[in-house]
Amino acid sequence: MWSIISILVENKPGVLFKVTHLFRSRNFNIDSISVGITDNPDYSRMTITTLGDKKQVEQIVKQLDKMIDSVEVKHLDEQKTIFRELCIFKIKLSSTNDSMEVNKLANAYGGNVHDVKKDSIMVELTSTPEQIQAFEELVKPFGIIDIARTGVTALQRSGD
Amino acid sequence: MEENLINNMETMTGAKALMTAMEKEGVKEVFGLPGGSNLPMYDEFSRCDIRHILVRHEQSASHMADGFGRVSRKPGVCFATSGPGATNILTGIATAQADSSPMIAVTGQVPVAMIGRDAFQESDIIGMANPVVKYAFQPRSAEEVPEAVRKGFYIAETGRPGPVLIDVPKDVQQNEAPMNFPDEFKIQGYHPWYDPDIVAVEKAIDMLLNSEKPIILAGGGTIISSAFAELQSIAETLMLPVVTTFKGKGAFPENHPLSLGPIGMHGHAEANKMMAEADCVLAIGTRFSDRSVGTFEAFEKRLKIIHMDVDPAEIGKNQTASLAVVGDVRTSLRIMVKLLLQRAIKKTDDSLWLKHVKETKEYWKENLKLHPGEMGAAKILRKLRELLPRESIVTTEVGQHQMWASLFYDVIQPGTFFSSTGLGTMGWGFPASIGAKVARPDVPVVDIAGDGSFSMTENSLATAVLEDIPVIAFVLNNSTLGMVAQWQRTFYDRRMVGVDQGGCPDYVKLAESYGAQGIRAQSMDELDKAIKSALSSDVATVIDIPIDPEEDVLPFVAPGTSLSDMILPS
Repeated sequence: MWSIISILVENKPGVLFKVTHLFRSRNFNIDSISVGITDNPDYSRMTITTLGDKKQVEQIVKQLDKMIDSVEVKHLDEQKTIFRELCIFKIKLSSTNDSMEVNKLANAYGGNVHDVKKDSIMVELTSTPEQIQAFEELVKPFGIIDIARTGVTALQRSGD
Repeated sequence: MEENLINNMETMTGAKALMTAMEKEGVKEVFGLPGGSNLPMYDEFSRCDIRHILVRHEQSASHMADGFGRVSRKPGVCFATSGPGATNILTGIATAQADSSPMIAVTGQVPVAMIGRDAFQESDIIGMANPVVKYAFQPRSAEEVPEAVRKGFYIAETGRPGPVLIDVPKDVQQNEAPMNFPDEFKIQGYHPWYDPDIVAVEKAIDMLLNSEKPIILAGGGTIISSAFAELQSIAETLMLPVVTTFKGKGAFPENHPLSLGPIGMHGHAEANKMMAEADCVLAIGTRFSDRSVGTFEAFEKRLKIIHMDVDPAEIGKNQTASLAVVGDVRTSLRIMVKLLLQRAIKKTDDSLWLKHVKETKEYWKENLKLHPGEMGAAKILRKLRELLPRESIVTTEVGQHQMWASLFYDVIQPGTFFSSTGLGTMGWGFPASIGAKVARPDVPVVDIAGDGSFSMTENSLATAVLEDIPVIAFVLNNSTLGMVAQWQRTFYDRRMVGVDQGGCPDYVKLAESYGAQGIRAQSMDELDKAIKSALSSDVATVIDIPIDPEEDVLPFVAPGTSLSDMILPS
């Protein structure tokens, strides 16, 4: 089961280390992690995606909750959550036709094109992990030079 | 952070602030060893009332603090310098964490500006200790020290207790600052207590009343929260047989008619049998460790589990509970006592289940085959029980002697038996007995030891002698790493590798060289005299008791098997 866990933590040194260490020492798995400060500079929000069965995810949430530096831990319901990931692709271009094709795909996925060179192009895409995966499959035939992904960040919708 | 502004801010060094803050917490003793990076704190001992108890190895200081903490239920304090001093106490910190023991470990650290430069005696103890502490502080300026100490003690002793590390860079100890000692403070992400759900407790009573073969399983949490009277009242009101985990040994008087003793790998035969037959268990303050329950699946398939624990993360971690009551177990049990009283429930002892329990207990009392020799483990430990006053405190090391203690040394006064049950740290018992004796100088304190474990921290004899802490090391000496030898005999076709201690050292001479009393007991008569002599001695005593190296601890539930599959004496 793919799960998104959102953790509000005290914004101080060493907390990221403790969270990742907890996953390692409890034999849980981190699929992606993103961290950023919140509107209140005393707190940071960590968004972790993880793979595990229901019992494991429950246990992860409890262990995270037990961490003294964590203020709030939520296992987010995908249906009630806005979740996005940013990905930057550097794609190989073999012809001008390739350039047009990649541009078209980028447009179709709502991506932005940057750094257009004779033999490479960069695409910035903000979407769900599935959409990013789908885009990756489509541009693979051109040749992917490099990929950088941020990992998922997420917030629950209001009222849910 | 709400700060008490009424406090007068006094200017002092970080080191003085640390000692002052500890005095405010009621600390009277510190176990430790000085070094370059904690000297400013050590200097403060020359002008404050806290007693410093010098050890010969920092690991022993941490075990002493642990022993002190378990007995007094207030954090024991140990000091070590940076680098190797700090890494030496890691085993002790991990031991305290595994057994939920309150402890404050204070380490010196290289000056802030040197951190990260691989300075002399620098170790990233915060990073290393992270997985085995309840929390760790590293004040980066002198004025942060009082709050770290106040919060550290609060975290260590509340909720599920545990060790807290305070790592103080040398310049933070030396620098002066106006100090505020906060009385009140808030830790936003820390919720040590939950109010037990009364409806769930009510439901638990119904589950126990509606089952045919109910049983109580008391874990270490019962002892930590001192829920002895509540446990006994519930057992007697509902007429429930009581088994314990090994860590819960002595949560319930072991001479009580309803007591069956510890379950587990080396549990009592009657306890394992009845646990394996029960259909509903009231499990109090236990994590259902593998050593206690054998295979997890077999355990939960046949049982309705009511799980009471202070730590919500324990619910469902190892066993799926049918019903959970989260909260301090003493509070939960008090609610249960009250509800039973309100509902005027009082069971009699004539149920078929209880009759069966009694018969099983009787059977094993008569039929468990013991070592035939005069100096068999059972006879030795029963002799010790016979001669020790009931309020005596016993610690153990880790190995065969520990499991024999579990089988044959009955704890009569609850909360007087302590062992490294979670981490299983050899060498824990002797320094822990010294810490226990510091906490309770009024009662005899005995470390039931084996020669293998005792070897690991025997140099604590120097502390016991020089600091006038007259503990008793009761060494069952088979000149072997006995438990490993037993596994090699049982599972490795008697290929004995790395277990022979070669009769070295001579423990009587060793004791005497430290200025302690050393007595060898080779017969029951000699043992009788030795124990009496140790009890009346005002110096520490080592009783060296040679035993048969071939004696196994039985019954034995092999790892990964079910409690009903016991290997019994043939």
